[in-house]
Amino acid sequence: MKSHVPAHSYTPYHPKWYRKRVSTYWWLESWAFTKFILRELTSLGVAYVVALTILQIHMLSHGPEAYAGFEDLMKNPFIIALNVISFLLVVYHTITWFNLAPRAMTVRVAGKRVPGFLISGPNFVAWLVVSAIVAWFLLRG
Amino acid sequence: MPQQQSHLRLEPLLWTLFSAGGVVAAFFLPVHIFLFGIAFPLGWLKPPAYSSLVALVSHPLVRIYLFVLCSVPLFHWAHRFRYTIYDGLQIKHLNEVINFCCYGCAVIGTLVAGYLLWNIH
Repeated sequence: MKSHVPAHSYTPYHPKWYRKRVSTYWWLESWAFTKFILRELTSLGVAYVVALTILQIHMLSHGPEAYAGFEDLMKNPFIIALNVISFLLVVYHTITWFNLAPRAMTVRVAGKRVPGFLISGPNFVAWLVVSAIVAWFLLRG
Repeated sequence: MPQQQSHLRLEPLLWTLFSAGGVVAAFFLPVHIFLFGIAFPLGWLKPPAYSSLVALVSHPLVRIYLFVLCSVPLFHWAHRFRYTIYDGLQIKHLNEVINFCCYGCAVIGTLVAGYLLWNIH
């Protein structure tokens, strides 16, 4: 009777695999790694902005005094510093996200690869247009 | 073993949410945090009055917009952040807990946003 042996079963007397120890701070070793981890950390900016927006909707639903409290909170220097950091993180997310698009999909026209900036470019233009529309709704009156 | 299979089936959905959330976050979040978090508090631009914000939010399309703005980017965060922890801190043994907390927060945030927007005025 032959029993099924899973791929990662324990093998007696097998020598230990050689594995290089990786430092917890491996991402400080090169600028490319740091940029990668910075891009990954943009998710914290995303979560912060969403949490702030949910708080804002909550305060908005509780009347003018509550909303004035939210606006006062936003004027706190510490909060403004957090807002500036998350703004930079979110913009970094936008830039890296749009620059990723031409790598995620290769478009060929007449057998030739369309250069990346022709794919990411329209995304950046659309970003500006969309931002202007949102700003127009908030600034018109 | 069956648990692992269900995990595999869930992964494409979670990745789709990550991707959709990335797009929504890329297009809409910078202008929101710039206006409400920097430009209005510092007096660079005139903030909208309370009444005009309420008028905006009472429109169903604006509510749907805000719901999408507050929900999918949270799943984007959950997916990306769990891999940040996975790559950055090397605590593989806590994977299950981390995944549960990340997606749990995203689900709670989505429910709270939906509840607030459904009940507003």
